[in-house]
Amino acid sequence: MKLEIRGLTKRFGSFTANDGIDLAIEPGEIHCLLGENGAGKSTLMNMLYGLLDPTEGEILVDGEPVTFASPSDAIAAGIGMVHQHFMLVPVFTVAENVMLGREQTRGAGVLNRKAAADRVRELSQEHGLRVEPDRLVEDLPVGVQQRVEILKALANDAKVLILDEPTAVLTPQEIDELMRIMRDLKARGTSIIFITHKLREVKAVGDRISVIRRGKVVGTASPDASEAELAEMMVGRSVQLRVDKPQAEVGEAVLSVEGMTVVDPRGHQVVKDVSFEAHAGEVLGIAGVQGNGQTELIKALMGLVKPDAGTVRLDGRDITKQGPRKSLAAGIGYIPEDRSHDGYVGTFSVRENLVLDLYRNAEFSRGGALALEAIARNATHRIDEFDIRTESAETPVSALSGGNQQKVVVAREFSRPLKVLIASQPTRGVDVGSIEFIHKRIVAERDQGTAVIIVSTELDEIYALSDRIAVMYDGRIAGVVGPDIPREEIGLLMAGAGPGVAAPAGEEATHE
Amino acid sequence: MSALVEAPPTQDVPQVRDRADVARQIRLVVVFGLALVLLLWMTLDIKDPNVTYLLTEKRSKDSPPKPLDGTWVSWITVAISAVALVLAAVNRYPRRWLGGILSLVVGLSFYAGFLMWAYADQEGFAASIANPLPGTVRIAAPIVLGALAGCLCERAGVINIAIEGQFLMGAFFASVAASLAYSAEMGLVGGIVAGVLMASLLGVFALRYQMNQVVLGVVLVALATGLTTFLAGQIPTDPAVKQYFNDPPILKPISIPGLADIPVIGPALFQQNLLIYVMYGSVVLVTFLLFQTRWGLRVRSVGEHPKAADTVGINVNRVRWQAVLLGGVFAGLGGALYTVGSTGAFDRDASAGTGFIALAAVIMGRWHPVGATFAGVFFGFMWNLQNQLSFAGKLPTELLGAAPYLATIVAVAGFVGRVRPPAADGEPYVKG
Amino acid sequence: MSEQGKTEAPPAPEPIKETPPRGPAQWLPTVVDTIAAVVLALLVGALLIIFSTEDVIDSLKYFFSYPWDFFKYAGTAVWDAYRSLVDGAVGSGTALRRTLERSAPLICAGLGVSLAFRAGLFNIGAQGQMLLGALAGGYVGFHYDLPPGIHLAAALLAALVAGGLWGGIAGLLKAKTGAHEVIVTIMLNHVAGFVILYFLAKESFQRPNSDNLLSPPVADSATFPSVGGLHLGVLLAIVAAGIVWWLLERSTLGFEMRAVGANPEAARTAGMSVAKVYVAGMMIAGMLAALAVTMNVLGRQDSVTDNIAGQVGFEAITVALLGRATPLGTVLAGLLFGALSSGGLAMQSGAGVPPEMAQVLQALIVLFVAAPALIRGITRMRGGDASGTVMAKGWGG
Repeated sequence: MKLEIRGLTKRFGSFTANDGIDLAIEPGEIHCLLGENGAGKSTLMNMLYGLLDPTEGEILVDGEPVTFASPSDAIAAGIGMVHQHFMLVPVFTVAENVMLGREQTRGAGVLNRKAAADRVRELSQEHGLRVEPDRLVEDLPVGVQQRVEILKALANDAKVLILDEPTAVLTPQEIDELMRIMRDLKARGTSIIFITHKLREVKAVGDRISVIRRGKVVGTASPDASEAELAEMMVGRSVQLRVDKPQAEVGEAVLSVEGMTVVDPRGHQVVKDVSFEAHAGEVLGIAGVQGNGQTELIKALMGLVKPDAGTVRLDGRDITKQGPRKSLAAGIGYIPEDRSHDGYVGTFSVRENLVLDLYRNAEFSRGGALALEAIARNATHRIDEFDIRTESAETPVSALSGGNQQKVVVAREFSRPLKVLIASQPTRGVDVGSIEFIHKRIVAERDQGTAVIIVSTELDEIYALSDRIAVMYDGRIAGVVGPDIPREEIGLLMAGAGPGVAAPAGEEATHE
Repeated sequence: MSALVEAPPTQDVPQVRDRADVARQIRLVVVFGLALVLLLWMTLDIKDPNVTYLLTEKRSKDSPPKPLDGTWVSWITVAISAVALVLAAVNRYPRRWLGGILSLVVGLSFYAGFLMWAYADQEGFAASIANPLPGTVRIAAPIVLGALAGCLCERAGVINIAIEGQFLMGAFFASVAASLAYSAEMGLVGGIVAGVLMASLLGVFALRYQMNQVVLGVVLVALATGLTTFLAGQIPTDPAVKQYFNDPPILKPISIPGLADIPVIGPALFQQNLLIYVMYGSVVLVTFLLFQTRWGLRVRSVGEHPKAADTVGINVNRVRWQAVLLGGVFAGLGGALYTVGSTGAFDRDASAGTGFIALAAVIMGRWHPVGATFAGVFFGFMWNLQNQLSFAGKLPTELLGAAPYLATIVAVAGFVGRVRPPAADGEPYVKG
Repeated sequence: MSEQGKTEAPPAPEPIKETPPRGPAQWLPTVVDTIAAVVLALLVGALLIIFSTEDVIDSLKYFFSYPWDFFKYAGTAVWDAYRSLVDGAVGSGTALRRTLERSAPLICAGLGVSLAFRAGLFNIGAQGQMLLGALAGGYVGFHYDLPPGIHLAAALLAALVAGGLWGGIAGLLKAKTGAHEVIVTIMLNHVAGFVILYFLAKESFQRPNSDNLLSPPVADSATFPSVGGLHLGVLLAIVAAGIVWWLLERSTLGFEMRAVGANPEAARTAGMSVAKVYVAGMMIAGMLAALAVTMNVLGRQDSVTDNIAGQVGFEAITVALLGRATPLGTVLAGLLFGALSSGGLAMQSGAGVPPEMAQVLQALIVLFVAAPALIRGITRMRGGDASGTVMAKGWGG
């Protein structure tokens, strides 16, 4: 099946998210759509999948114009999609998720769960995607959840499969596995639209590459183009792929964690006996696939979650039980992993968000009354210093772009003297310009002698910033390594194979 | 929730005890400790342990009160709660269904011990301990029906605070319809129509206009209260006219042959009016619909993750509409119980806030129809107990009156705690 | 329920989403909406009046021979009803005074609901908080003998403390156990009803030579002074609105409340104590509800009865909703509802329309205000709606 897009345009109010996009996806090709965060890739795909109505332009399937009023039209036309945020119902089983929308029944609308489970087994065998149909999706690791998403699309006989940023949640080995599946599908005649902002992956698997910038297709490239070329097309200027950073001047241990264990509300041990130290003037990167205990470890460090065992010490003082308020006041800066969840208050103005955890300081309040002038002055100053692009200080943060939202959080945390900086996914969903900026600020903070802890699922980011890398797997630190370790070895650690197994023959490693 | 996290054999998982587990133990110890102390005190407080009891709800020629010496009952209940306390103290209290059964036994024994105390030492005309089941079923029935409506709506992601409003409208229009048609059964139709009408208001404003659903619910209750009182006030009190509008015939009890002859529980459960049987059936029906059918799967998917449902071609708002309207049927029937199902004519306090109790039952029952039913029955039981005890006169009537509400607070705060509602409950779905 | 971000869809690219305009441009459409809603509600109300008036129904029987009769009677019925509504609300000095005296408690209790709402709490419990406030305030008012002024202050203080503590229960339970405040406050309302019955049945609360549930009269030294028949407790409503505004917009506690109301996770991460906000929010809400009831106990009426709170606790919710949970909006909504309630009485005596009509009108107004506003753009009313969204999403904790 051949899928064509002609002059597709989408406007939200005065903003044009997609501007006259032309694309042609040939049968059996892997077509990569490269573009940075906020370039308009997802909007385009949502139109292709019937989730958004195009403002202008048309979609053609095998030369015939079609309109997708809803995803069911798109599914009927043979389009399947694996969404960046999985479209899975967490409290349903794998089989229920796969059957949803086209349920197997025993007639009269009564579910036939057995038939559904059999179908899942059949499909998973056919494509080599191992899943257990009766497990609850919320109990599965993200990698497996993604398999379920792919199975869902395959169960609908997708001829064109859209993969939206599928590698963000995978280990390097799992990414290899995904690429194998993609090639396998391609061999069976399925076309794949592979959306990503990672240059390496595009080069590894793509047949053709279309680059999107600010809602327009700015060019096509072949997979042999160099990474620098691709990056320049994507961003529109030459990009420095590595962060400039001087040799670290490592000082004393500032933050030390000992025997940290966290049990989640469902009774699972999510952090298991973790110990490490963060030193002044160094960046400790915590790598690992999402869901291996990093979130809970960081929350426990901040006192947001009560650890069930273990201690956290700041400059030798036990801060395990003191809670976030005192920790923040003691000089720990914290950038949470999901800014919209707990990093800012969306309906609050930029001005208010910039003092969200500083309003208690004598500078910003006196005797229970807010010092509005000081707060306003602070906002003007930080907006300028951190180049936050906002209409005014009164604009609600939810109206800003992802990069600028993150800058608000970063600006707030950097606006007081820090001993420790804990940054979780500091650049997730952020444009390249903001990434460069945030990375520079983090390195500058390190150079001032702050102990920096970076948690990231993006290996590129870990490599770019870290002086030392701790890899988390299944709630424990699988190993602490230097910044020069090869990707494959880190990948093995991320997949749970101990350092002893870490040999070049990475493929041998067993997966969960 | 598992107690001690078991270590896999090969890895050295640190041995820590789950906080939730500790909390559970503390809670159990406190509850059983209190029960034991109270039971002991009550047992020792009894001077004349002789009480009388009935197997039926009311005393009659066929069922005269029988005497009972309460001493041994009291001491057995003390023993049972002591055992439970010891088990909890050494953290050997069973889990899962066995624990549930044991808790039920302890609860019942507390009930028995309490009854012995409450009915002992009466002077003059002595009230008898009576069968609590008929009253419980009667009071619980509308709550259960309302809770089913709540479950359906909220499983589909629409918060329904307006159950009370649906009750009022259902009660009023059931009465009017039954009076006009001179048929109690027609009253059910009237109740359903009114319930669905309220549900469609909920649907229009919540789904079409995406109004805040909690706000909407409160407003709809105010509207229904005002409207029914207004309309009822417009009906002349002259009996000649009133009988055509608000003096309905009442549903007659129907005996189920065989089942109704079971002693004690038979007459309580199987000698009821049509609507009560409809209620039994509704619990089964809603449970089956939600968990075994295609429609139910879709309802739950739009309540948990509407976008996921949308991406597989399910029309989110259509499914929500269906669930809300079907909920209206049950809530309307629940309302009908307050007029044609019990006392007849509508008056302004017909449902007396039970719609909100139904809402509480939904949450206490963790959005599951069966759980909500148990919560409704629990409330009916407490309310009925209060009614019965008021004859014994040992406790102040105000305390008894407040008891069902206090019990709900204790249940919600102490045992239900943080519950997980359907993930998209109350969130309007906007495409894209 | 927290992850709005996960379902939040289209990419958030650079400069989309208009920022909410500030100033008059923001107010004008709101005012227009509200007026339109009032008109619409009055129209629906007119229909109700028409079809429940005997003359009109009778005239329908011969509608096809004398259609004019129907319109004449209908017109008369509606005209009579609404004329007495307006007359009874603002038509005379007495009417105005009654409107103000009815508005003041609605405003105070409405402020309590609004404030809790902004802190992410749906306070259905104003009714119960009022009852407890009435008990304590009334008791100090009739039992003790203190100098004027001091006596009034003591009675007020007692009411506020009792209402605040009663309100705080719900906040504390939510903070400590996650029990949902909607359920707890509803239950506490019922419990409060029994508490007041219990006390009124006691001898110390019983007025001598009375068989009703009626307390002794509150001493003159503990009642609000009045000017021209209007007791000055009414002024306290305006003072309270000012304090609530300052608290929400200018104080650190208000900053915390609004943050917790809009995004409790972010508030907690920023080191705020969500538990403190819940308890404080509910306590202040309870105090405001108690202040509302003092307008009756120490003002309009002078004793405690079991019906002392009337329906104010519930109407306060609609007042707060109509006022979009802002202090100024609540004052305006309270005045409107006070006028409706005062006029509703007149409607009954003047045109034979039951006073529940006022309640129906109130509900319809809120319904019509909320719906079109939401269609036209969620951005415009960020403040109120934002807390609303949190509310609507929040069942668990």
